[in-house]
Amino acid sequence: MAITREQVVKTAALAHLELPDDEIETFTGQLSAIIDYMGQLNELDTSQVPPMSHSTLGEHVERTWRPDTVTPSLGSAVATANAPEGFRGFFKVPSVITRASGDSDAS
Amino acid sequence: MSDSATNTIAGLHSAYAAGTTTARAEVERRLALIDQLNPSLNAFLTVTSELALAQADASDARRAAGEPTRPLDGIPIALKDNMVVTGVRTTCGSRILSNYLPPYTATVVERLVEAGAVVLGKTNCDEFAMGSSNENSAYGPVRNPLDTSRVPGGSSGGSAAAVSAGMAVAALGSDTGGSIRQPASLCGIVGMKPTYGRVSRYGLVAFGSSLDQIGPFATTVADAARMLSVIAGRDPMDSTSSEAPVPDYENGLDNALAGVRVGVPSEFFGDGLDAGTRELVESAIQRLRDDGAEIVDVSLPHMRYSTATYYIVATAEASSNLARFDGVRYGFRAEEADELRAMYNRTRAQGFGAEVKRRIMLGTYVLSSGYYDAYYDKALRVRTLIERDFSTAFQRCDVIATPASPTVAFPLGAKTADPLQMYLSDIYTITANLAGVPGISVPCGTSEGLPVGLQLLAPHFGEVQMLRAARAVERATPA
Repeated sequence: MAITREQVVKTAALAHLELPDDEIETFTGQLSAIIDYMGQLNELDTSQVPPMSHSTLGEHVERTWRPDTVTPSLGSAVATANAPEGFRGFFKVPSVITRASGDSDAS
Repeated sequence: MSDSATNTIAGLHSAYAAGTTTARAEVERRLALIDQLNPSLNAFLTVTSELALAQADASDARRAAGEPTRPLDGIPIALKDNMVVTGVRTTCGSRILSNYLPPYTATVVERLVEAGAVVLGKTNCDEFAMGSSNENSAYGPVRNPLDTSRVPGGSSGGSAAAVSAGMAVAALGSDTGGSIRQPASLCGIVGMKPTYGRVSRYGLVAFGSSLDQIGPFATTVADAARMLSVIAGRDPMDSTSSEAPVPDYENGLDNALAGVRVGVPSEFFGDGLDAGTRELVESAIQRLRDDGAEIVDVSLPHMRYSTATYYIVATAEASSNLARFDGVRYGFRAEEADELRAMYNRTRAQGFGAEVKRRIMLGTYVLSSGYYDAYYDKALRVRTLIERDFSTAFQRCDVIATPASPTVAFPLGAKTADPLQMYLSDIYTITANLAGVPGISVPCGTSEGLPVGLQLLAPHFGEVQMLRAARAVERATPA
């Protein structure tokens, strides 16, 4: 196996995916086969070859810059209209920090 | 199904000018055809009837007022459902965006509408454009209009099927590893991926940002050229869009190929290529020679590493791009979680389908600490070698000719159990995305009664010569 069950579990946590046991099993087999296949790149000596993250069209370089000017934007009402849960133009989410048991509000 | 009088831009424009039909009549006819065919083909996810009829009426009114005809005036088109239109549901074929109503419109759509096009609706696709058969949509598979037991190809299968079946005259798809060219090949139509940077990606939901490119489907090369002329060009909203001037892609389309060098890379004609496909592609190349082209042998020696390279680069970019789908700002949210992290994890687990999860997992793995150098960095270096192969080959030729797909359309379910086999369906198309060069699939005949596409590749911004060569294939292919 190119990838172990434990690595799949760890990767799922990094990827914010809750996977049931049967999916972890399936993925362990499938990802192993694919990662094995990817191993063929090791046949090539690339120590003297630079990495290419984008198509290297020379003219790309200059046009990544533009003046930093303020332009009209959507506004919070439109920008939050698709939110599963909103509150007065904000996005509402479940609690981020859960209190340890025994804590209570110091009031 | 295809009738050149009313299934091409030129045909429709002559008919409109002669008064034998109107944009409204053509749009009504196609809406009726969608009603009739969509239950079996599943090509459209959303039909924008009201919008389409209003745009058709506006086109008819412009003509009645004597205004000059716009490049796509009254032409019914379809959009892959990963391009946003204000207020029109955009799902990307995913449950996680089942209720998403975009607050803005993609630049390509603004340009099409400005050119007079009529938007019929949004087409089905593999979820987030990840797939080669259109079986990964949360809304069910698309079926090939030429044989409904077979796939239309993917990921832009709905757009390909819509044009192939005559529901739309042209359509837009997106191509990250072949997702326009492969379904065009399997559905018997023309499909083109322009040079990376030729067409704005603003409003295209991102999959692999260094690979994604929007392009047209049409029944003829001339129509694909017209569509490209409309959508190409610099867009301030996409910093990777090129300032290179946009030529008239229809100009000189019928020029003979005298003096044009067509490169044939042996690496694209090896094991895994169907005999029938090989025969048709080779005889199409022979006909290019008859048209005056010079056929030269070229080599792309690192092509055999392209699938491995692609599925590292594309999944790495996908895992990063799809991190934004977390149940906070838009889309689906899992209900039962009472804590933020659990909400993220459950939303993504329930909102994404199996293939998308698989690619997010792969991409996360190849980017993770301890594996980044071995996989992601390695793949970026091999990507350089693949681009160098093209640079070397294009010193000896003007365009490269290959098969678009190793096989004709395959039966539904044939490859769903083995993801790696499915990935190998893209073997002839992904190199162009890695190198950023343009590619087109043009029909070159039928094998076992199913269409085969010839793929032409050109240097960066070499679309003019590529389209002329594609037109030469089209001219020489018996109907």
